[in-house]
Amino acid sequence: MNSFSFQRFFAYLQKEFKQIMRDPSTLLIAFVLPLIMIFLFGYGVSLDADKIKIGIILEDTSTEARSLVNAFLATPYFDGRTGYDRLALEEDLTAGRLRGVVAIPSDFSRNINRGTKATIQVMLDGSETNTAKFVLNYAEGVVANWNLQRGIEKTPLPPPPIKLEPRIWFNPELSSRNVLLPGSVAIIMSLIGTLLTALVVAREWERGTMEAMMSTPIRIREMLLGKLIPYFLLGLGSMSLCVSLSVTLFGVPFRGSYLVLLLATSGFLLASLGQGLLISTLTRNQFVAGQIAIMAGFLPAFILSGFIFEISSMPWPIQAITYLLPPRYFVTILQSAFLAGVIWDLIIPNFLAMLVIASFFFIITARKTVKRLD
Amino acid sequence: MENAIEISGVSKTFPGMDKPALNAINAGIQPGVITGLVGPDGAGKTTLIRLIAGLLLPSLGHISVRGLDTVKDANKLHDILGYMPQKFGLYEDLTVMENLDLYAKLHGFGGKEKEAAFESMLRFTSLKPFIHRLAGNLSGGMKQKLGLACSLLSRPQVLLLDEPSVGVDPLSRRELWKMVQELVKEGMCVVWSTAYLDEADKCHQVLLLNEGKLLFHGPPKDLTNRVRGRVFLMDAAPGAHRKLLSELISRPGIVDGVIQGKKIRIVCAPSQCPEPQDPEWQVTEPRFEDAFVDILGGGPKQHSILSQHIVNKTKKNSPIQAIHLTKQFGDFTAASDVSFSVQRGEIFGLLGPNGAGKSTIFKMLCGLLQPTSGKALVSGFDLKTATSKARSRIGYMAQKFSLYSDLSVRENLNFFSGVYGLTGQMRWEQINLMTTIFDLRPYLESNAGALPLGFKQRLALACAVMHNPDVLFLDEPTSGVDPITRREFWNHINGMVEKGVTIMVTTHFMDEAEYCDRISLIYAGQSIATGTPDQLKDAATSEDQPNPTLEDAFITLIERSDEMQEERAQA
Repeated sequence: MNSFSFQRFFAYLQKEFKQIMRDPSTLLIAFVLPLIMIFLFGYGVSLDADKIKIGIILEDTSTEARSLVNAFLATPYFDGRTGYDRLALEEDLTAGRLRGVVAIPSDFSRNINRGTKATIQVMLDGSETNTAKFVLNYAEGVVANWNLQRGIEKTPLPPPPIKLEPRIWFNPELSSRNVLLPGSVAIIMSLIGTLLTALVVAREWERGTMEAMMSTPIRIREMLLGKLIPYFLLGLGSMSLCVSLSVTLFGVPFRGSYLVLLLATSGFLLASLGQGLLISTLTRNQFVAGQIAIMAGFLPAFILSGFIFEISSMPWPIQAITYLLPPRYFVTILQSAFLAGVIWDLIIPNFLAMLVIASFFFIITARKTVKRLD
Repeated sequence: MENAIEISGVSKTFPGMDKPALNAINAGIQPGVITGLVGPDGAGKTTLIRLIAGLLLPSLGHISVRGLDTVKDANKLHDILGYMPQKFGLYEDLTVMENLDLYAKLHGFGGKEKEAAFESMLRFTSLKPFIHRLAGNLSGGMKQKLGLACSLLSRPQVLLLDEPSVGVDPLSRRELWKMVQELVKEGMCVVWSTAYLDEADKCHQVLLLNEGKLLFHGPPKDLTNRVRGRVFLMDAAPGAHRKLLSELISRPGIVDGVIQGKKIRIVCAPSQCPEPQDPEWQVTEPRFEDAFVDILGGGPKQHSILSQHIVNKTKKNSPIQAIHLTKQFGDFTAASDVSFSVQRGEIFGLLGPNGAGKSTIFKMLCGLLQPTSGKALVSGFDLKTATSKARSRIGYMAQKFSLYSDLSVRENLNFFSGVYGLTGQMRWEQINLMTTIFDLRPYLESNAGALPLGFKQRLALACAVMHNPDVLFLDEPTSGVDPITRREFWNHINGMVEKGVTIMVTTHFMDEAEYCDRISLIYAGQSIATGTPDQLKDAATSEDQPNPTLEDAFITLIERSDEMQEERAQA
């Protein structure tokens, strides 16, 4: 009596596919949205800084001062502009036209030639913390370099007893894009996965077709599976789009295995499509479902997945919450798949965690979907 | 005959509601006949249908359909059940054929059997030419037929139709009725819920619900017979019928009164009938609606207070004029060369099937649409050039009342008075007046969305007339509203017309059309007939149809227009 009928299931599946093909909004979510977002993340978001605009105030015009200025102008990190008017440059800093100002005071060369300690002043825009830190670090570097050069010119220094030779694993260029893009693929996929299914059940309620479906012999699991499979395939499509763009257009290395990637994506899609289905089933209203999908799918993924903020530096209650979020596991898998290769010790626990979350969503959804209106 | 559906002691209470939606219902429904489910809005019709379909759990009692319990055997029940919900349950982005195919497969049909079922369904519904059209692009009447076809594919033993004819024109309604009658001949059990009482009259059995209680169960004739001998027609002098009606209903012993063409139809209380010899009172055949209003306690009892506060309109010119109105949407001509002029203090009705263009004409007349060519004048002002002057003379009550449902009654009144330019003392007085006239005081602080339907309608009317308009536009004003509320509404309208307010109305209800002084029948974008209700009936009188109702006239005139069109095409 409670048997699964393949005829009903295929009929429902076929209907769902036809609706997808005719509904531009679904295709928009599945293919245009990831395209826009991958471009945004690829081109727009970068934690690296180069060509930061700074101003250099020259209150001393001696050779020493000029040589230091040249050192500042020569680094690729700064786009420097010299001037003699302190007030004008400070105003540019306030207005945000400059990110930092270096002032070389009038007693600079006198102090150097006298052999006493000479100081220069660095003014920073503290409202942009990250950039301010960069400017300070780079400025210190420039000055240290300049000191060294001057030393070599005058008297050769003894070789340093210890030489530090850093070697950076996985991302030798230290390009933030290589880390950000795989993470952002996870974020994009959690938005898409949740949004795709969040609208579909609610739509049937709103249009009154759910009521008609419920009076037919179709079973709940035939309906849920018929809803899940098409969007699962669409989700895989969006994922391929994201991955191929990251690799070809943005040159992010891919060191893992595509098979493992497919497996991990499947696990993740099940979890986030399941979340969407649950939202849709509970709200029965497309507008509310869409809002909740963005709130529940996108925001936590963005903030709590370890994509931008290190999970280990969060307070423990927040850390505990991150364990409930599928994107957390997916970000880890993706970053390793792109940058490190296949590391089973990392993949298996994260994959299993996603499956547990997925089954949780499906069990609740199936429980909440009864063939009744109340 | 054994009952197909047994309802035993069923009550249903929804959480958060103090009164049960259904209260201890007991009834048996027979196979092989159409059983009508009638009652005012919110009476519990949809709840009962959903309970029978196993889509809701009864709070008390149980229902069995063909021996299957609706709770325990829901899966088996759905194998033998056809159900058409209010929105027809169609996938609008699938074609006619794809909808049929889906429903067939869900019911386990395949191969030859399926093809045969499609063939007979398409013939039955005459949808064959449209099988590749998207369901969303079908007209209301065709959607309704397709919805029926989908619920019939499995040859169900029990068919539940939830208000299948709401918002559908009389022509399509009549076709649907014929189709369903074919089905019951084969022994199907059909439950048909409706707000149209003329449909109830034609049912074999009727369940009459009010506020969740079953007031009557039996053949409609039995209910109608309760008022036999108490229903009268009275002649009224031309132009005086509204005054006579309002005088009559305020007399004691009169239960109900409505306008029927030139005449007035009166239902008297049992012991208060006039002498049978009285020549002014002609006894007439009772209708279901007479009995329905009688059993629910009668219509409004006094003259409309609203009309006493309306300023007399004395201007001579004709308040609404349509001069060669034409509207084109791309290649499609929605209205073509429509001309008429409405007199002061006249009720003018626009009637026509769905998609005939009456809403387009209506919207051009109240300034919501710009005509492609031609002119629309209100109180002599051209709606194109003197829009705001013309609009300040107009009151507009839209379908579904267009109130702000999350604003309170007071806030709605405040807002609409502001929109219509009432300020200061005047505004305060008018809001106060409307609150008193329409008994809105207890509801002032509740949200408009939470009001009972009758009060929503009162509020909508209050908002539309607060600024003392010359002309009132009503777009299907009482669609889905029960007859009692509808009478109350028309009582106010009649009172306003007495003061010289001009009314323009669109409607699907034929008894509402009877209130009109003149009607223009719109079909395929053109006005195919204009006249008083009686003139239209006369035009449709023939040997087969010696005494047509307004609905008969409507259908006859449209069919005649179709024939003329065909002849012209052949010539």
